[in-house]
Amino acid sequence: MVEAIRDALDVKMAEDASVVVFGEDVGYFGGVFRCTEGLQRKYGKARCFDAPINESGIVGVAIGMGAYGLRPVAEVQFADYVYPAYDQIVSEAARLRYRSGGEFFAPIVLRMPCGGGIYGGQTHSQSPEAVFTHVCGLKTVIPSNPHDAKGLLISAIEDDDPVIFLEPKRLYNGPFSGHPEQPTVAWAKHPLSEVPQGRFVVPLGKAAVRREGKGVTVLCYGTMVHVAEAAAEETGVDAEILDLRSLIPLDIDAIVASVEKTGRCVIVHEATLTSGFGAELAALVAERCFYALETPIRRVAGWDTPYPHAEEWSYFPGPERVGRALVAAMEA
Amino acid sequence: MPSAVRLSLHVPEPSVRPGGRPDFSHVGFAPAGQARRPPIDADPADIRDLAYSLIRVLDDEGEAVGPWAAALSPAELRQGLRDMMLTRAYDARMLLSQRQGKTSFYIQSLGEEAVACAQRKALQPGDMCFPTYRQQGLLIAAGWPLVDMMNSVFSNEKDRLKGRQLPGLYSVREAGFFTVSGNLGTQYPQAVGWAMASAIAGDAHIASAWIGDGATAESDFHAALVFASVYRAPVILNVVNNQWAISSYQGIAGGESVKFAARGHGFGIASLRADGNDYLAVHAVSAWAAERARANLGPTLIEWVTYRAAAHSTSDDPSKYRPRDEAAAWPLGDPVQRLKLHLIAKGEWSEERQQQMRAEVDAEVLEAARQAESHGTLHDGPTPSPASMFEDVYKEMPRHLREQRQQLGV
Repeated sequence: MVEAIRDALDVKMAEDASVVVFGEDVGYFGGVFRCTEGLQRKYGKARCFDAPINESGIVGVAIGMGAYGLRPVAEVQFADYVYPAYDQIVSEAARLRYRSGGEFFAPIVLRMPCGGGIYGGQTHSQSPEAVFTHVCGLKTVIPSNPHDAKGLLISAIEDDDPVIFLEPKRLYNGPFSGHPEQPTVAWAKHPLSEVPQGRFVVPLGKAAVRREGKGVTVLCYGTMVHVAEAAAEETGVDAEILDLRSLIPLDIDAIVASVEKTGRCVIVHEATLTSGFGAELAALVAERCFYALETPIRRVAGWDTPYPHAEEWSYFPGPERVGRALVAAMEA
Repeated sequence: MPSAVRLSLHVPEPSVRPGGRPDFSHVGFAPAGQARRPPIDADPADIRDLAYSLIRVLDDEGEAVGPWAAALSPAELRQGLRDMMLTRAYDARMLLSQRQGKTSFYIQSLGEEAVACAQRKALQPGDMCFPTYRQQGLLIAAGWPLVDMMNSVFSNEKDRLKGRQLPGLYSVREAGFFTVSGNLGTQYPQAVGWAMASAIAGDAHIASAWIGDGATAESDFHAALVFASVYRAPVILNVVNNQWAISSYQGIAGGESVKFAARGHGFGIASLRADGNDYLAVHAVSAWAAERARANLGPTLIEWVTYRAAAHSTSDDPSKYRPRDEAAAWPLGDPVQRLKLHLIAKGEWSEERQQQMRAEVDAEVLEAARQAESHGTLHDGPTPSPASMFEDVYKEMPRHLREQRQQLGV
């Protein structure tokens, strides 16, 4: 998935001189996860460069560049580090278009690795998508595979609204079923590691059905798509797995269509449970599909605690927990 | 071992409070004409003294003296005087309109008109200002129609911002005026980013960032300085030190320990401190910084020493925290009076012409207000459509917002 992200940046930098890439360790070194490796050599220091360790500055500067007419793609080294930039994101990037009556806007992409599963402890494992989906004016995107990572990132760069682009870091180098005891798997054998050459887009706001089923709808995104697939296989539940890909805008039609078909719904995310994006999804399903529901909506999520270092696998909502929810949804 | 000293907390306190005699001895004034004028390619390390002195051009007799005395023509000076007087008349009218209930809130720039009006004249079309809510003078000196500004203050049907912004938080892209935020300091790194983008694009335009003394305490101020320094961004970093951040005097932002201009030193940024009530000094120092930026020589931080002669806003009562007669005692005087005195001293103006201009700007403001009010005021007359509330959140309205608009029934 690292290569797919780098490919997306490369494609856009090659075809659009207004695309610039910067962030901490992003330039010469190519990023701590290697997503920008080689871009500075290829496009020069003025279009791919290192930034001071100041997230508010990185985002503030990106907004100014966007207002000028560039399309900056700024990297926040870990999503856990984004909070100093929160004011710039919430009060500025998200509202420029609105408050200026459409005169100014910030066509920026903020890439940030998110999620756990790499023993990152509480400062390198968070999934803060809900703090962005709650902010009107932002789009929030999370790919679950290399194909989508490239297509969604190109869409995000071409989008005229600010996009929060969360990259599940556990997926950078391979899919992850949520079984840490099993050998790691490379992307090479996964069907969605096939990435089209050149420019191609996955539109924002379109979910993808990863597994068709008639028993229960699973709403998930990012790493949890793979965990849900494992849980369905291991329990034998006839689950339909919907990879949302983009949380705002949200593919409401796809969600409604699937839940109305199955009559059951399990929502899975790695982020903490309370006021998580799953709460929004549950409300949406209850509001729109209530009479189709045969059993209560269930949520499986990270516990409402900081992400513990040594207890990572007790915290992570793995296939066993997801599987129990699937079985319960079918039994009730 | 126990300490011999019992610790105590230092909380800065202005030298006088209401009822006291105004005292500005801490400001550190210098006679006009004394500060040197370095070449625009000066090494910031070689001009550190200029962050502690005070660049002034107009002396007490209205003469332009010293190396910063620029060659502004009498016509340019008269235009500058008119811009400041028009800004003042505009503010007075909008203040009255707020008292009359035609708008909810207003912020004047009384006493500090020169910093915005004179700098605007040192910038070029295509440059971008990132102002605070007290730089309406930038728009007025750019010749932007007062009616359009008033339409926004009144949030009426012609409001270009569709009734979304507090009065005074204008946005006029074509006049080089970036949308004003209500959150303090956020525009500072954005200005640096805009300037960096101009450099990346190989453009010739520069940015001008604005912040008050109080908001220099914000992290974004320091973020902007580090980025401006690292990338040598073509930006003017203005700090308008008007002595007061609502009720907090400039010492609460750190001004007791060091001049705000000297904040630039830690970043290796050329830093100047200048008389903000001196139209000629503001123009000359702004032109120096603009030329430096345009020559790809990097940023300049300028502390404009001025005084907020009015309340912070219509929601503020400064008699609660500072002497009532403090503005009158301000040693750098009033920018309008000082430029008028200069023009008279040059034989280019008179009290009669001043009276005439005053009547002219008042009439212009009154006519603009009449026109703007015909399009409605906040609680009276046409306002923007409620349906427009859902527009511009995103470029294309997403489904959930379309549904919410339908729920509102518009």
